[in-house]
Amino acid sequence: MSGSLFVQHLFNAVTLGSLYGLIAIGYTMVYGILRLINFAHGEVFMLGAYFVFFGISLFHLPWGVAVIGSIAVSSLCGIFVDRIAYKPLRSAPRISALISAIGVSFLIQNLAIVIFGGIPRPVARPDWLVQVMKVGEVRIIPLAIVVPLVTLALVLGLLWIVYRTKPGLAMRAISKDIETTRLMGVSVNKIIAFTFGLGSALAAASGIMWALRYPQIQPFMGLVPGLKAFIAAVFGGIGSIQGAVIGGMLLGLIEIMAVAFFPQLSGYRDAFAFVLLIIILLLKPTGLMGEKLEDKI
Amino acid sequence: MKLRNVLLAALLVLVVAGTAVAAEPIRIGVFLPLTGRVAFGGQLELEGVQMAHKEVSEVLGRPVELFVVDNKTDKVESANAVKRLVEHDKVVAVIGSYGSSLAMAGGEVAEAAKIPMMGTSCTNPLVTLGKEYVFRACFIDPYQGAAAATYAYNTLGMKKAAILIDVANDYCVGLANFFKQSYKKLGGEVVSELMYNSGDQDFTAQLTEIISKGPDLLYIPADFAEGAIIMKQARELGADFQIMGGDAMDNPEIVSIGGDAVEGFIHTTFPYDPSMKDMSDIAKTFTENWSKLHPDKEPNVNAALGYDSYMLVINAIEKAGSAEPDAIRDALAATKDFPGVTGSKTINETHDAESPVGVVQIKGAKKLFIDIVEPVL
Repeated sequence: MSGSLFVQHLFNAVTLGSLYGLIAIGYTMVYGILRLINFAHGEVFMLGAYFVFFGISLFHLPWGVAVIGSIAVSSLCGIFVDRIAYKPLRSAPRISALISAIGVSFLIQNLAIVIFGGIPRPVARPDWLVQVMKVGEVRIIPLAIVVPLVTLALVLGLLWIVYRTKPGLAMRAISKDIETTRLMGVSVNKIIAFTFGLGSALAAASGIMWALRYPQIQPFMGLVPGLKAFIAAVFGGIGSIQGAVIGGMLLGLIEIMAVAFFPQLSGYRDAFAFVLLIIILLLKPTGLMGEKLEDKI
Repeated sequence: MKLRNVLLAALLVLVVAGTAVAAEPIRIGVFLPLTGRVAFGGQLELEGVQMAHKEVSEVLGRPVELFVVDNKTDKVESANAVKRLVEHDKVVAVIGSYGSSLAMAGGEVAEAAKIPMMGTSCTNPLVTLGKEYVFRACFIDPYQGAAAATYAYNTLGMKKAAILIDVANDYCVGLANFFKQSYKKLGGEVVSELMYNSGDQDFTAQLTEIISKGPDLLYIPADFAEGAIIMKQARELGADFQIMGGDAMDNPEIVSIGGDAVEGFIHTTFPYDPSMKDMSDIAKTFTENWSKLHPDKEPNVNAALGYDSYMLVINAIEKAGSAEPDAIRDALAATKDFPGVTGSKTINETHDAESPVGVVQIKGAKKLFIDIVEPVL
């Protein structure tokens, strides 16, 4: 493999990896606080992309306004999903909420088909993001650099919220002990709604970045990236924000390099990801950056 | 009192029997992907079936009733859909499906229940292979793949091809293999053959690898959902080779979805397109009637196949003079020179409708029907 070909693959991998990471931090944050794998995350991701599309093509909003509007509406969707599908199950066994999450995921997918139509739609992109630059033999679009930067910025922002603000403190308290937190006078339901709003905003942001990179949206677009990001989150240690990003990066790298070095095995590209998940779970059940599992007494 | 009850009962029986004799409908089932990944294809075909039903809603003096079930782009749901049509709705024939994998799953059920099935645009040979009751209104992939190879090698003079295949889709795997066989036989070289899975959205690794091999042509027998996005990524990565695809890429919205990336794209398809020059009379009528019914939608080949499938079934019922499944089956098998929108249909020994292969190219942001190919098999 020539040097420039390798660099091209590397660029593809970093872009894909940071997208996985971006989706994964949403998963991991909700899990870290509520111990719930929010399977509807991939669907909010899809809604985020669709809202931008409609904002631009139907309401002719400027690009930036459409993005901010979409993130806001998606957060409300997340809070709404929590209100109707998870909140009534707060004291039920964890498995009930998980099943409810899977149900919500299917519901949103199929509602999207009915409302948005099954046909894929093109996404308008600002020109400066996609102007191809040639560096020697390597072709890069600015977006490939913007995506990792956005991921980095969002991770730092999220870490700031969780570790430096009052709602963040409450979120961490809930993750330790929900009942005691309530006794301390924290409005638990408000904080959980805030968590879902934040998680959904992250999902929408990653959906928008994804739609910019792969400029075609359809109601099922959240399915495969959602699963992959879930793997990335588990890989990195679910619950750990830094771990999710590292997991996403490694997953992107492995997927792209598997095809680059073993082109004849390209059909097994997804299998690499899932085999990786199994190996990680066998060797290090808590993931790369995961906390040690300790039984609460 | 007693007498009145008896009279009432008799009257009731008469009324029920009367309506039954006057309007015993012929029940025809339709199973198509109306939701799920290829819903747009199924929806177009359903519109074609419904348009045909609107035009001919009576046969043998009995009304025809359509029962539509969504197979949700899922093989298991597809089998369930046909089961439901046969057992619950008691249909005498079924139409469907878009997508060979879905048609195969449904076909097994139809065959077991001895209910004739008319496939719409399912082109994989396995759909009708060894089936007594399964037919289709279109040509098959060995023929289509050979036509694409012939066109690429002979007409375009392209000697080096790469292929990108969806390994989770029977249609793509089949068509890619038939293309490869014919292309090699003609003297062409396949320099790269890579795979992906349905639902993938990142193809940069595969495309970077293909571009490094420098082919003249990339053949993507992909589904529509993936095809346009593959082309966009290929162009972004600097690919300047010709890209070709199969009938699954035939969609009226290809230009609005693919934009610049699909310019120059060539695909094989069934011989109908609104841009076709010398259209048969029936195709002209179809195009006009469609535009009246759906003024904001372009007439398209999937709707045309849906239309033809329904008409083939109705024609068979008429020829058979009966709506018994076995009689319909025999009449379908004997169909000869039936004038369809997508060409004259003769059902051959393997239950496929033989028809020539059309070639469509996107030129100047428009779909143009450019050629009809006789494949070198």
